[in-house]
Amino acid sequence: MVLKHLIALQDVSPEQITEILTMAKTFKEVNQRQVKKLPTLKGKTVANFFFENSTRTKTSFEIAAKRLSADVLNLAISTSSVAKGETLIDTIRTIEAMQIDIVVIRHGVSGVPHMLTKKISSHIINAGDGMHEHPTQGLLDMFTIMDKKNRIEGLTVALVGDIAHSRVARSNIWGLKKMGAKVRVVGPSTLIPRDIEKMGVEVYHDLEKGIKGADVVNILRIQLERMKKHLFPTIREYAMLFGVNTTKLKSAKSDCLVMHPGPMNRGIEISPNVADGPQSVIEEQVTNGVAVRMAVLYLMGGGKANEIID
Amino acid sequence: MKLLIKNGTIVDPANKKDEKADILINNGKIEKIAKSITDKDAEIIDASNMLVLPGFIDMHVHFREPGFEYKETIESGSRAAAKGGFTTVACMPNTDPPIDNQAMVEFINMKSKQVGLIDVKAIGTITKGRAGMELAPIGELFKAGAVAISDDGSTVMNAEIVRRALQYCKMFGIALIEHCEDANLAGDNTVNEGYYGTMLGLKGIPASAEESIVARDIMIAKDTGGKLHLAHLSTSGSVDLLRWAKKQGINVTAEVTPHHFSLDDSSLVNYDTNYKMNPPLRSKEDVKAMKKALKDGTIDVIATDHAPHAELDKDVEWTQAAYGIIGLETAFPLIVTELVNPGVLTISEAVQKITINPARILNMDKGTLSEGSDADIVIADINKEVTISEGFFGSRSSNSPFIGKTLKGSIEMVFKAGKLVYGNK
Repeated sequence: MVLKHLIALQDVSPEQITEILTMAKTFKEVNQRQVKKLPTLKGKTVANFFFENSTRTKTSFEIAAKRLSADVLNLAISTSSVAKGETLIDTIRTIEAMQIDIVVIRHGVSGVPHMLTKKISSHIINAGDGMHEHPTQGLLDMFTIMDKKNRIEGLTVALVGDIAHSRVARSNIWGLKKMGAKVRVVGPSTLIPRDIEKMGVEVYHDLEKGIKGADVVNILRIQLERMKKHLFPTIREYAMLFGVNTTKLKSAKSDCLVMHPGPMNRGIEISPNVADGPQSVIEEQVTNGVAVRMAVLYLMGGGKANEIID
Repeated sequence: MKLLIKNGTIVDPANKKDEKADILINNGKIEKIAKSITDKDAEIIDASNMLVLPGFIDMHVHFREPGFEYKETIESGSRAAAKGGFTTVACMPNTDPPIDNQAMVEFINMKSKQVGLIDVKAIGTITKGRAGMELAPIGELFKAGAVAISDDGSTVMNAEIVRRALQYCKMFGIALIEHCEDANLAGDNTVNEGYYGTMLGLKGIPASAEESIVARDIMIAKDTGGKLHLAHLSTSGSVDLLRWAKKQGINVTAEVTPHHFSLDDSSLVNYDTNYKMNPPLRSKEDVKAMKKALKDGTIDVIATDHAPHAELDKDVEWTQAAYGIIGLETAFPLIVTELVNPGVLTISEAVQKITINPARILNMDKGTLSEGSDADIVIADINKEVTISEGFFGSRSSNSPFIGKTLKGSIEMVFKAGKLVYGNK
């Protein structure tokens, strides 16, 4: 498989997901070696365009690209031309004129990576667009589940929190459904978007019912500024109704994994006991993120899945 | 100078005509209509296998002048209108500066005359500066020639101002045209609230944003007896309210755009900003409701909401992109393809909604082929295909989601007061 772009898990087939996850497993092993570098993307340039603040995703992509020997360009957008009033398209075209092979883009507006695929010839990786998708997060979440449970098919995964504004939720829903999981979304009725059940999920507004018997609970970050939009009354009430703590977590299966894409609001959507508890795989998600992104970059750089990396 | 249009099928809903006949034009007026006319002094135009229709009237266009001439001017807009078969249009006042005083109305009228292709009429604002705070000088606007008032692009959120404006307009008999969208419910959202918006991560404008204002204004129209016209309705709930209002005898009319009866929100999947409109494209059920309301007469008018935007307004991030599409030149092919051919409307019913009905709402003595009236005439071939391309448009802009589509229904010739303004004799 050669990946031209990675924009949305909605567009990726189960076979492609399996291939990426399998490959990521190899890279995870590479990342545990003394020498963590491979020559695969030597001579290729990867540009990280982050139009929104990000620590972990940007760092993760940067490390992944560097471990594959690519030259990495990090664009700090506040100092770039965009701040001078240049249009996004012009900025991207200027960069492309410098022969960038792979563009990793995060943008606050849904659809921007999709739009870029029509404008420039580089490979495009969506590192999160608005409320649309965050495909590498979806992949690394699936990788983490696979790593712990050895399967995705037949598992029940509950996504908890602000589903409406979450690109992580949408990528998880598409990816997990394709891989045969049962997906539930759990959150206040104001933060569950209309017609989401048409994406094949079950909707719950009661946390304990929503995570009952779940194999995985993936807790989403609640943006505190949502309160200003009348989406919930107080942080305290949100924490009371939808904060995952050890008591409520008992409703899920005893070996239920606890995930969070970060950054966490400890004490709000997730209690410190749960975040640091035995079921938490939150730090592993970060570790796995590098391996998954290496797999994606590798496939984009023309690497073949059946080539032994050694 | 005489002109004789022979052998065409005349469809003139105002006079309940749908028959083969000849039309004699003399001095810019329709002199005579009869089965067979001979006049040796007249230039003859053969309209065999063609429809002969009253010049169309679009009561909702944006010609962008003054202020946004890079998108459209009265000249380029007039060209687009003529090409689409529209011999009269009413311009919305969201220009810069807005049409909120006599001088601005006179400017539009003067430009219209200078260009001389079609009649471009002005709609004045409801409030000063379209700011929704104080009434504009409605009497002055009317005396200068404004054919209606509207703050289109924005809803007048203060219901008291709507009530006073409707009362005040009764003195002049002009309509208040409301853009129905509660500003708080709509927020900064950009698409229909529903599955596609959810899937694409684009925040939704709920149907209730439109319907709550439709309901509010209907009740204020009932209360005041003022003449209310609802612009570009898009939801099934809105037409239900309108149907109820008409049953009560409330003085209210409404329009739908060609895109709201042709397209639904499933078109958004490629984030193509030519599908970004206000009101947003709604669901398939809503499109069905629009067609039903056109058929049963609940919706009186088809208006294009012709909204030209340059590439630099559209070729940007979804949330930054301007709302709206051009519509004058695709209106007739869409009416034929989406409404007439599938049997939603007869050609006569369809023509009514782009001629006599808007003429009545705007108090214009137009939209008919009556003897003695201005010879504003369209000759159209309902069976001929047109392929929409970027080069197709007379408009200065080409922001249309119909580019690449082949539709049925071609405007062949357009006469304004007996003068050919589009096509070849």
